[in-house]
Amino acid sequence: MAWSATSPGANQPDNTAFTQQRLPAWQPLLSAGITLPLFFCVGLAFIGLGLGLYYSSNGIKEIEYDYTGEPGIGNCTACARVGERVAPPHPNCTCQWCFSLPELFQGPVFLYYELSNFYQNNRRYVVSRDDEQLSGLASALRHPANECAPYQRTPTGLPIAPCGAIANSLFNDSFKLLYQRQPNGPYDEVPLDRTGIAWWTDYHVKFHNPAPINGSLKLAFHGTAKPPNWPRPVYDLSPDPNNTGFVNQDFVVWMRTAALPTFRKLYARIRHVNYSAGLPRGTYCVNITYNYPVLAFGGQKRIIFSSISWMGGKNPFLGIAYLTFGSLCIITGFVMLIVYIRYQDENGDGDEDE
Amino acid sequence: MALCTKKRPPEEERRARANDREYNEKFQYASNCIKTSKYNIVTFLPVNLFEQFQEVANTYFLFLLILQLIPQISSLSWFTTIVPLVLVLTITAVKDATDDYFRHKSDNQVNNRQSQVLISGILQQEQWMNVRVGDIIKLENNQFVAADLLLLSSSEPHGLCYIETAELDGETNMKVRQAIPVTSELGDINKLAKFDGEVICEPPNNKLDKFSGTLYWKENKFPLSNQNMLLRGCVLRNTEWCFGLVIFAGPDTKLMQNSGRTKFKRTSIDRLMNTLVLWIFGFLVCMGVILAIGNAIWEYEVGVRFQVYLPWDEAVDSAFFSGFLSFWSYIIILNTVVPISLYVSVEVIRLGHSYFINWDKKMYCMKKRTPAEARTTTLNEELGQVEYIFSDKTGTLTQNIMIFNKCSIYGRSYGDVFDVLGHKAELGERPEPIDFSFNPLADKKFLFWDPSLLEAVKVGDPHTHEFFRLLSLCHTVMSEEKNEGELYYKAQSPDEGALVTAARNFGFVFRSRTPKTITVHEMGKAITYQLLAILDFNNIRKRMSVIVRNSEGKIRLYCKGADTILLERLHPSNHELLNTTTDHLNEYAGDGLRTLVLAYKDLEEDYYEEWAERRLRASLAQDSREDRLASVYDEVENDMMLLGATAIEDKLQQGVPETIALLTLANIKIWVLTGDKQETAVNIGYSCKMLTDDMTEVFIVTGHTVLEVREELRKAREKMMESSRTVGNGFSYQEKLSSSKLTSVLEAIAGEYALVINGHSLAHALEADMELEFLETACACKAVICCRVTPLQKAQVVELVKKYKKAVTLAIGDGANDVSMIKTAHIGVGISGQEGIQAVLASDYSFSQFKFLQRLLLVHGRWSYLRMCKFLCYFFYKNFAFTMVHFWFGFFCGFSAQTVYDQYFITLYNIVYTSLPVLAMGVFDQDVPEQRSMEYPKLYEPGQLNLLFNKREFFICIAQGIYTSVLMFFIPYGVFAEATRDDGTQLADYQSFAVTVATSLVIVVSVQIGLDTGYWTAINHFFIWGSLAVYFAILFAMHSKGLFEMFPNQFRFVGNAQNTLAQPTVWFTIVLTTVVCIMPVVAFRFLKLDLKPELSDTVRYTQLVRKKQKAQHRCMRRVGRTGSRRSGYAFSHQEGFGELIMSGKNMRLSSLALSSFTTRSSSSWIETLRRKKSDSASSPSGGADKPLKG
Repeated sequence: MAWSATSPGANQPDNTAFTQQRLPAWQPLLSAGITLPLFFCVGLAFIGLGLGLYYSSNGIKEIEYDYTGEPGIGNCTACARVGERVAPPHPNCTCQWCFSLPELFQGPVFLYYELSNFYQNNRRYVVSRDDEQLSGLASALRHPANECAPYQRTPTGLPIAPCGAIANSLFNDSFKLLYQRQPNGPYDEVPLDRTGIAWWTDYHVKFHNPAPINGSLKLAFHGTAKPPNWPRPVYDLSPDPNNTGFVNQDFVVWMRTAALPTFRKLYARIRHVNYSAGLPRGTYCVNITYNYPVLAFGGQKRIIFSSISWMGGKNPFLGIAYLTFGSLCIITGFVMLIVYIRYQDENGDGDEDE
Repeated sequence: MALCTKKRPPEEERRARANDREYNEKFQYASNCIKTSKYNIVTFLPVNLFEQFQEVANTYFLFLLILQLIPQISSLSWFTTIVPLVLVLTITAVKDATDDYFRHKSDNQVNNRQSQVLISGILQQEQWMNVRVGDIIKLENNQFVAADLLLLSSSEPHGLCYIETAELDGETNMKVRQAIPVTSELGDINKLAKFDGEVICEPPNNKLDKFSGTLYWKENKFPLSNQNMLLRGCVLRNTEWCFGLVIFAGPDTKLMQNSGRTKFKRTSIDRLMNTLVLWIFGFLVCMGVILAIGNAIWEYEVGVRFQVYLPWDEAVDSAFFSGFLSFWSYIIILNTVVPISLYVSVEVIRLGHSYFINWDKKMYCMKKRTPAEARTTTLNEELGQVEYIFSDKTGTLTQNIMIFNKCSIYGRSYGDVFDVLGHKAELGERPEPIDFSFNPLADKKFLFWDPSLLEAVKVGDPHTHEFFRLLSLCHTVMSEEKNEGELYYKAQSPDEGALVTAARNFGFVFRSRTPKTITVHEMGKAITYQLLAILDFNNIRKRMSVIVRNSEGKIRLYCKGADTILLERLHPSNHELLNTTTDHLNEYAGDGLRTLVLAYKDLEEDYYEEWAERRLRASLAQDSREDRLASVYDEVENDMMLLGATAIEDKLQQGVPETIALLTLANIKIWVLTGDKQETAVNIGYSCKMLTDDMTEVFIVTGHTVLEVREELRKAREKMMESSRTVGNGFSYQEKLSSSKLTSVLEAIAGEYALVINGHSLAHALEADMELEFLETACACKAVICCRVTPLQKAQVVELVKKYKKAVTLAIGDGANDVSMIKTAHIGVGISGQEGIQAVLASDYSFSQFKFLQRLLLVHGRWSYLRMCKFLCYFFYKNFAFTMVHFWFGFFCGFSAQTVYDQYFITLYNIVYTSLPVLAMGVFDQDVPEQRSMEYPKLYEPGQLNLLFNKREFFICIAQGIYTSVLMFFIPYGVFAEATRDDGTQLADYQSFAVTVATSLVIVVSVQIGLDTGYWTAINHFFIWGSLAVYFAILFAMHSKGLFEMFPNQFRFVGNAQNTLAQPTVWFTIVLTTVVCIMPVVAFRFLKLDLKPELSDTVRYTQLVRKKQKAQHRCMRRVGRTGSRRSGYAFSHQEGFGELIMSGKNMRLSSLALSSFTTRSSSSWIETLRRKKSDSASSPSGGADKPLKG
């Protein structure tokens, strides 16, 4: 260390490239030779990509229906009114939405529900969960985290499982799709595949039921209370033993909170053999079990049928953004080229020196 | 470890009794221990932490930490703040500890110097720090004086002792101090041990030239003055030993009192940074308020109804209160706009730069084996902004070595050095110096290259002999001959020493003197001259003469003096010779040499008798003795015969003129502040090319009263105005902004001017009502030289420029007299490798050669500034880009202070993901290679004008950061609003969004740093690519199953990275974001490069300047000085030595005895032989009829 001039033997500085600041280095310069081609290449590439994205997004078909039931709109107004007056859990109320497809709805078809003005990304909402509990930890089951408050314990002191505002507000409308092949013909129920709608990692890693006691999940949850909004306890979410408790697919999907106040979540896939090519032409009705009140806070509920492409669902934004920016790049490139040429005329000497 | 006590009530007067520690202890005077260190092991932690928390930033983060512990507010985990905070505190503490360690070391070194203290009658070795007030200590030759002492007695007769005060006031000529008669007899230890005098004197102060006190001893009172004092920092010279009584010790010594208070120096960038941080803080509060209002409205409109699913916290009863809480929550998550790692990163970068300075081989002095040293690590970038340099002269510009360089004898010039081909040789290619081995008394260190002079001496040219005879007789040097033939001269000024030494080597050896005789060995033959009179030097006469009677009984007056004076007093018959000599003088002066003219005059016996009579009368006169003597002297020093002239080189440090020229080209103004006399200073000004004869005028201000000074300054200004006409009087000093205009106004002044101002004039000029006038005048001049200034004045001048010019100042010096100036200036540079270390200790940078200054400023300073600016721009940019995303997100999450990113990302972003690339840039970046910055000093200008980082640049960075943050949020927003994954499941979940934004952010800022990095070393590559790699590695690790299973609540993002980053849509988003953020920057820079290259494209700039520059270089070479004539009569000479010699007061008996002995003794047989040979040629009068040889 050449820090102190008094330390003997350390006086003479080392003659290395590092200490003498002579390290070999690449010194790039924004010369015209690099910048202009860069702009044109990026521009062209973006326009190309943009076109591809735009067309594949355009190829995706969506049908959506707002079933919020705002006064006077749609069939669900009555149900909405019921839900508003009564405290949860709500009595079952159903309404129906029918539509007809003039041609085949190219599959695979996905059924989404979309909520608007629903703040799943509110900080207090986001933290209101206990992942330890959800991962099946027995201790956390009995002692939910404080973040869950006020859905941590019931007024009687029983721990709530699953605790927290997210779980408590689980979306509980359900949909049934009916298909009428011929006009005035019978309605067939279209089988909805409700497995595999959650992320693999969530379903297999993040969420676990507590170890069953004597083979019974119910016993494992003994001593806990259901979230106040829920009509039935967590172990009764589904009759399917692989789809109940914390590993219920609907529940897992719900627990993956959305980034934005308007979000859609997958409800089911339609991939039954009869519908593997998509939804054939005909008339369809969706029977909606309307449980979930949103009108109070100005929320909206939608049901959406959509197909997807290699890049996911319908997404016009990306394509348009790519196209716009690609064109801007090209335009800027030309402007820069003009400036560069004029500048060179004025100065005469080259730009590539140094 | 020495503990120095500090706090005492202010003293009224000081009492110290010799040899009575008990008595003196009553007063609790400071001990002789100095302490510049701040901490010790015990106090380090609390004091250092206390100091660190005085930094607003640190306190602020502590406050944030406390906020985060409140659950209702906490929007982030506590560790996101504590990890960086602890890191920052630790790094700073380690640095402070290291700094302090070195201070301890240097303190200890000084405190542990040995001195001999008389304790209970015995001389004992004691460390300096154990010396107490009232102790009697013994000093030996060449030792530093340990404390302020009252001189009691010395080895020299009459209690005289010689000291060099260069450390203290910068004057290099020796000074005499004398003990008061009663104590000067106390020569031996026994007597001293019994000495019990008590000194009552003034309390400690910083006046170097004043002391008043009284010694009470044996019921008598003896007044004491500065003449009796030896001050700490002086060096004892030419005195074997002396005893002194400690009056002031340690911090009370005049040296320490004069060293000014230690100020914590901050760079202008530091100050700007603090302002900006405050602004950012204000901005943060504004954002917090906006978002809090948003929150209140949202809760009122939506949240209150959303309570079905998300009830309010228990404590929250209204939307307003929720908004209030949300304000604090947002303060927490937006705190990253005030970058916590900013300060520590800046420190790290500066440390790196300091190491580069320490490591620089080109700033290592082989001769003195000292590398350059950055003693503080906080000022580096300011080195790139220096506009004013204040330089000491002696020891800084000059080596303080006088060299007999040339001479003109009877119309012939000697001393030019020719190489083999007969051309004038440049330095470095000199042939062997001539051989003085014929003369056993020659000084081995004396070098001369022109053999013809030696030939002339050997041949016996009478003029040459007379010339050297004069040099060996006409002086006030004392000789000392410890062993036969080993001569030591005690010259009062180095000039005289050089002249006498020259004569000595050419065979006219001044051997010894008594009050009445001078013994000279002339070409081996001892001749004793009778010394009749010394007509001493003074400032008005500017000459000195001796009148001697030679062995033949002839009386002759030898005179040497300033050319202006002496040439007028020559006999008319010298006319022709005068012309040639004048030519030579001009030539010498043009080379920057100090010249002296030598002349003699034969005196008739009768005339002398009569004159001596008058002189005696004059000297006995009661009134106006000085004037009478002067006129008597005047009378005899007339009609003299010209002998020739000498030229002495005040040896400049290596490369000084070149450095000054280069720095001037870099638009740095150099002021010389020296304690030396005006003539000396001006002379040096010429020889280092600060002053040239091309200059229109050199103003010299020497007024003694306020009015005179004001008038002189006014005249100077008027002259400058007249000649340029264009200039109004609209100099404005107030704003920095106008400084560029100011410069242009100054440049508009036609012609070059220089200002020379004297210490006493300066005292008036620095008064409050005149300082502006002075500054205005001085700044309009190209060169400013202040002479005869006190250390305090040096500091005042620096302070003045600092105050009104708002420019960065640098002070460079080597002595203790420069300490205050070094401490006052923004940057203080000490010349190391000299004897004293006071300047170095006070300095921020030290190296051993003035010429290294150009490298320090133009290379290291420029780079440091560039790097720091680039670093800051990028740093603010990246933090705004990072943080502002939260702001936009606020509008979509109910203003709930939800972060966009994972908390780990927030913790690590500044300290891991983005720290190293920007540090690497801050440490290693270079725009042009080092040679270029020396070749084109104009490259230095952006730093002076503060172009690279100022408020405007800051806003540009901020704007870019905000622009980036907008895209960073809204592009993913646009994509995610409705998109689903390619397997149909939800894409727009919060965690995927967080990962997408974080990833694009890391990529964008990495590309941006890549764009900013101009010098990609392997380290930069490693850090930039490494940061990206580390980001992904940590991302996947944090989202891994293993960590989740251990801490499910801490690592909630399990599986997120692999799920999200597998989506093409996400990558399309990232690419789009990156390109949209970066391309405009590229376009902007390219256009700037093309349209306004002189601002940013230094490389192009370099190209443009090159042609101009070369021409300038040629000019510089040519500039020499012709036509002006200046004399540098040993101007560090002091009056009064002649008298001292004639009285014999300063000669000890032994030396008187020795002188008679040496005359008799003949040395070796060779010498005897020589003497025989040269005998015929050596008679002074018989020279005229011999033909000149050559």
